[in-house]
Amino acid sequence: MDAYRRRKVIDVGARAACVAATLLAVVPLVSVLAYVVVRGAAGLSWSFFTALPQPVGEAGGGVANAILGSLQLVGIACVLGVPVGVLAGIYLAEYGRGRFATAVRYAADVMSGIPSIAVGIFVYTLLVLSMRHFSALAGGVALAVLMLPTVTRTTEELLKLVPDSLREAGLALGVPRWRVVLKVVLRTGAPGIATGIMLAVARAAGETAPLLFTAFNNRFWSASLVEPIASLPVQIFTYAVSPYEEWHRQAWAAALVLVVLVLLMNAGARVLTRARGRSR
Amino acid sequence: MMAVEASREAAPTPGSAGDTARSAEARAAATAPAVKMQTEALRAWFGAHEVLKAVSLSIPERRVTAVIGPSGCGKSTFIRCLNRMHEVVPGARSAGAVLLDGVDIFERGVDPVLVRRRVGMVFQRANPFPAMSIADNVLAGLRLNGVRPRHPEEVVERALAQAALWDEVKDILSRSGASLSGGQQQRLCIARTLALEPEVVLMDEPCSALDPIATARIEELIHELKDRYTIVIVTHNMQQAARVSDFTAFFYIGELVEHGETDALFTRPQKARTEDYITGRFG
Amino acid sequence: MQRPNALDLRRALTPSASFWAWTGTEANLGDRLFHGAAALCAFGVVAALAGMGVEMIRASLSSIERFGLGFVTEVTWDPVRELFGAAPFIFGTIVSSLLALAIAVPVAVGVAIFLAELAPAWLRTPASFVVELLAAIPSVVYGLWGVFVLAPWLRDTVQPALAAALGFLPFFGGPARGFGMLAGGLILAIMILPTIASVSRDVMVAVPTSYREAALALGATRFETVQVAVLPHAKAGIVGAVILGLGRALGETMAVTMVIGNRAEISASLFAPAATLASVIANEYAEATSDLYLAALSELGLMLFAVTLILNIGARLLVGKVGRAAPGVRGG
Ligand SMILES: Nc1ncnc2c1ncn2[C@@H]1O[C@H](COP(=O)(O)OP(=O)(O)OP(=O)(O)O)[C@@H](O)[C@H]1O
Ligand SMILES: [Mg+2]
Repeated sequence: MDAYRRRKVIDVGARAACVAATLLAVVPLVSVLAYVVVRGAAGLSWSFFTALPQPVGEAGGGVANAILGSLQLVGIACVLGVPVGVLAGIYLAEYGRGRFATAVRYAADVMSGIPSIAVGIFVYTLLVLSMRHFSALAGGVALAVLMLPTVTRTTEELLKLVPDSLREAGLALGVPRWRVVLKVVLRTGAPGIATGIMLAVARAAGETAPLLFTAFNNRFWSASLVEPIASLPVQIFTYAVSPYEEWHRQAWAAALVLVVLVLLMNAGARVLTRARGRSR
Repeated sequence: MMAVEASREAAPTPGSAGDTARSAEARAAATAPAVKMQTEALRAWFGAHEVLKAVSLSIPERRVTAVIGPSGCGKSTFIRCLNRMHEVVPGARSAGAVLLDGVDIFERGVDPVLVRRRVGMVFQRANPFPAMSIADNVLAGLRLNGVRPRHPEEVVERALAQAALWDEVKDILSRSGASLSGGQQQRLCIARTLALEPEVVLMDEPCSALDPIATARIEELIHELKDRYTIVIVTHNMQQAARVSDFTAFFYIGELVEHGETDALFTRPQKARTEDYITGRFG
Repeated sequence: MQRPNALDLRRALTPSASFWAWTGTEANLGDRLFHGAAALCAFGVVAALAGMGVEMIRASLSSIERFGLGFVTEVTWDPVRELFGAAPFIFGTIVSSLLALAIAVPVAVGVAIFLAELAPAWLRTPASFVVELLAAIPSVVYGLWGVFVLAPWLRDTVQPALAAALGFLPFFGGPARGFGMLAGGLILAIMILPTIASVSRDVMVAVPTSYREAALALGATRFETVQVAVLPHAKAGIVGAVILGLGRALGETMAVTMVIGNRAEISASLFAPAATLASVIANEYAEATSDLYLAALSELGLMLFAVTLILNIGARLLVGKVGRAAPGVRGG
């Protein structure tokens, strides 16, 4: 009976510890989100979304150029990274047998673990040094490289879920293989792939480190591929480590915008997955 | 070649009324059906395992040919060879010739894509495209081939009507093809194949996943289709073979044991193996 | 039966109806082009990784030539005098990451056990969702929170208390600044926790139910079941998860840069400011004035690249054994 009671106590104690660990893990999340919402909301205003940053010491101003800049950078990254990633995924799922495919798979897996700042250095030496200045293009390429492994592997995984019977059906209709892949297989896997791409984009949108010395920053609007460009994450960093009260307020507000954007994309991706689950 | 020369007594009904060329052909076929496809010493391997051993068989035009035999004897492999679908399986190889209207489809320079457009296939498990609506499924073969029919609704209706599915789905054409019942899905797959207007339709156990009612519908359908199409059907069901086919080929471990008119083969089998099989002594 | 010769073949096989516009060669060409394009993109993935290694080696060549192996042990980092040693950053990276692991691993395993084994079914999905949410918040937002919430809290509450209780230990000496190694380690712990927890949870979920039932049928308590039936089978996977977490901690940049104090010094005290490989690159790369300076920073990046590469390969071997594709983890 005694031994039983001791076991029981250990059991309850250990389970309580697991619950406590979970609660403990939730504390920082709640704290981060609460601060971002409360402080961020306090810093929001109309001009925050429409105006350019003010010079130090002048009140007001906004981060409109950084919001637009982030969208531009993510756009460039998608244009470059998504087609390459999806095609690479198609290769792995549809043609990928043998050593080369194994190497590609491995490279993608390993690449997804490389620190983003290292990707920044790579793009710096590749593009910034040769072009002799920071540019939106360099920033976009850095984000594209970061997205590439995720997009590739998600595409591969989802295409592998598409049953072979559909490929056979397509081929038996006298359709060339590449069309079967694009129009039947890819189309069937598209919702899941879209989810994966959305998650990758959400991630890229929050990246800061690789942009510090590729896209750099810009106090003004920029529509040029070869000029430095502002972005929300870099703006948050710049403002947060500055000594100015006004900039701190703006950093929180910008963080709110960024978090909302990123979480919306995550939630959107999840909804997409769930909608697909229901229609089956 | 030998079995085909025997003529059938019942005259086949002509094809579509306006198609004079076809009905002329059909009349000609009434006495001696033309050979639509023919295999000559067809052999096939998976890796080192030989699964078809020199099969020579003629498939008469606008008739139903049933392929029967115990599980694993190579029936699926055989009919997949007829439109080069076996090439899709990794490790599969073949030798010999398969003639379609006298042309060897294995010959170098022949594109399997074109062969498959003329020789369609319906699979054991219904495989409609889940991301497409019912109508889009029917049109899939055309669209995927880059063809935009002028009146897609007509194509859809004609194919679905031919597949005896039109009445059941005419109000839900925009629903997903995967939302239908198993039997309806199989008929949708048949409609999808027919929309391409192939010359030969291969069916690999098209009823094995279906209940008796759905099976009966498909059998009826096969009856109607044979006026216009050459049909090869693999089946495990001896009664089904007897019901739907004009000719029957019996396979045993990769070999064509016996081939002839269905009535004759089932009533007076020439080989002991065939008799054992159709009387249920093994298989 | 007469056979047409090869020249007639294509015509003979082209169906009569006019809409078959395609000829065999075109279809083949399409297939070949598509296959080639896909293979090229796949090669792009390998090329990107290889290119990264090559470019980084190239960028750090002059530093490697100049300082050799001494770079790793040299403790001075003085861009003005062009003296570059990596030791403070290596120290800062290792200590902050180990600190993060020490804090995060027990909590993360607890979370994983809760999510995989204990939580009632209705709670599992939302709880997992929250854990994944944690991983989705951008690094720079954690950094912002670290600057204005975590560091002041450490300075005003935690560090005075630690100093009072354990001040005799060298780890807790010196003034309470908030910004420093402790803040860096803590924020890393918060950031790698979701990674370790969710991978560990997946590994535990993958353990067959029959093992648990066997233990339960012998009269084991829930926790004993976890101990004897789940953890032994999930061990390799959990170790892999921890290594993935470590990889992320080593390369995590923004949040650490914002709270670690950024001083190229080696100090025993966790209260003291420090710097990591990633943080010094983030701070100084864009402003590096001389070629040698840039090369030295690039060499720091190369070290980071090499170490995370090796860690990821190792972790993948371990997690792969339990039959699961590990998610990508990276610091940002
Ligand atoms: N993908 C494959 N790889 C290797 N061997 C195969 C493959 N498919 C079939 N086989 C072999 O080829 C032989 C013939 O198979 P096939 O599918 O043609 O038989 P079947 O007559 O259609 O059988 P069933 O009635 O069960 O469908 C079998 O011995 C089988 O083991
Ligand atoms: Mg079969």
